[in-house]
Amino acid sequence: MREIPTEKITDEVMRLCIEANTLLGQDVLQAFHTFRDKEESPLGQEILDQLIENARIAADEEVPICQDTGFAVIFIELGQEVRLIGEGLEAAVNEGVRRGYTEGYLRKSIVRDPLNRVNTGDNTPAILYTNIVPGDRIKITIAPKGGGSENMSRIKMLKPADGAEGVKDFVIETVQLAGSNPCPPIILGVGIGGTFDKCAQLAKKALLRELGTSHPDPFYADMEKELLEKVNALGIGPQGLGGRTTALGVLIETYPCHIASLPAAVNIQCHVARHKSVVI
Amino acid sequence: MAEMKTITPPLRHEDVADLKVGDAVHITGVIYTARDAAHKRLVELIDAGEKLPLDFEGQIIYYAGPTPAKPGKVIGSVGPTTSGRMDPYAPKLLEQGLKGMIGKGIRGSNVVEAMKKWKAVYFAATGGAAALIAKSVVSVEIVAYEDLGAEAIRKLEVKNFPAIVVQDTYGGNLYEEGVRQYRKTDAE
Ligand code: SF4
Repeated sequence: MREIPTEKITDEVMRLCIEANTLLGQDVLQAFHTFRDKEESPLGQEILDQLIENARIAADEEVPICQDTGFAVIFIELGQEVRLIGEGLEAAVNEGVRRGYTEGYLRKSIVRDPLNRVNTGDNTPAILYTNIVPGDRIKITIAPKGGGSENMSRIKMLKPADGAEGVKDFVIETVQLAGSNPCPPIILGVGIGGTFDKCAQLAKKALLRELGTSHPDPFYADMEKELLEKVNALGIGPQGLGGRTTALGVLIETYPCHIASLPAAVNIQCHVARHKSVVI
Repeated sequence: MAEMKTITPPLRHEDVADLKVGDAVHITGVIYTARDAAHKRLVELIDAGEKLPLDFEGQIIYYAGPTPAKPGKVIGSVGPTTSGRMDPYAPKLLEQGLKGMIGKGIRGSNVVEAMKKWKAVYFAATGGAAALIAKSVVSVEIVAYEDLGAEAIRKLEVKNFPAIVVQDTYGGNLYEEGVRQYRKTDAE
């Protein structure tokens, strides 16, 4: 057994909260440039230029890319040969979030109760997904998620007979309904299969994949490509003001499902697509 | 892009009438931040016939809640939030003389009607360009509801704050016009 103090997890979570919120991934920056070159709308080009400049300022000055520094969504892959020492895993993670958001000058956007909306004051609790995996390491991924794009996400229990076309129609309809609200250009995390809850999780997990990569299964890789083209033909464009760049990528994750079911979920991610990982 | 106009609140009828969809503007002067919670309180005061913490005549509200300022900076990152959430409240503030709103995303028909009636414009700032927009903020002062944290009403003095007129007093709407222009006809 490898022993790891949970204090170490707190420190890493704290660091990753700050890093994810200030340093945009190279894959997203690359996509800004690629789509900027293809954008036909002058206003759309101007907006993409602003996003490139914004990411540069955030990185240089170590300030948040976006003021909505999000809900701290955290994925932990815990090696089964690891023995954690110290306070509980969840408490250690939340302490990391608390310190990251407080000491990192990030915005606190979480209310204690969904209806009696009082701010928790330190952006806790996190949304924590833990998976036990083989090995003696811990992988921590943090993906702060803004409210604007999360609010436009949808899930639908389709009929198996709806098939691939039904899923595609649902994705396109979701982007149409979202329009200008999720700060386009967006990235689409699409979950297909599993159960009602699993499907939404797949859509979120899909967003962790690097932009510009394809699904390993050629069938789904083609679907990603086709959906991206269709979505970008909608004309919504940067900020919803018209243009070719509505989405920078479509990322699909699938899971086996029940003979009676075909769940589909779309988690909309804005261009401030933040996620950082560390392996301990 | 259209040539850049500079506007400075308080805005008069003529200033607003002069603004049309697609105009890229620089705002220089004072604007006020307010989000959901502050709007709720303001409208409660209006409904109760009580005095508001500030006079909105000719002013511009920016739908935004900044991150805390790092030491040595006047403000943290401060991009726009989704305006639609303020739609239930906006008409009452327009009636109070509010002349401009800055946010992101399309407004509901109740706001469009109130904008025509009370002569006001709606500007979009680039959602997510929060570090860039912060560069245009010269000074900040909390003027009401400090207990709301990021949602408090802040008076921002800005210089060359970048915005685009997206819905004007004539019913023009860049969200609809722009998308129509770039939509491929065979798109589903
Ligand atoms: S949707 Fe994204 S870019 Fe827009 S305000 Fe929220 S976090 Fe920022």
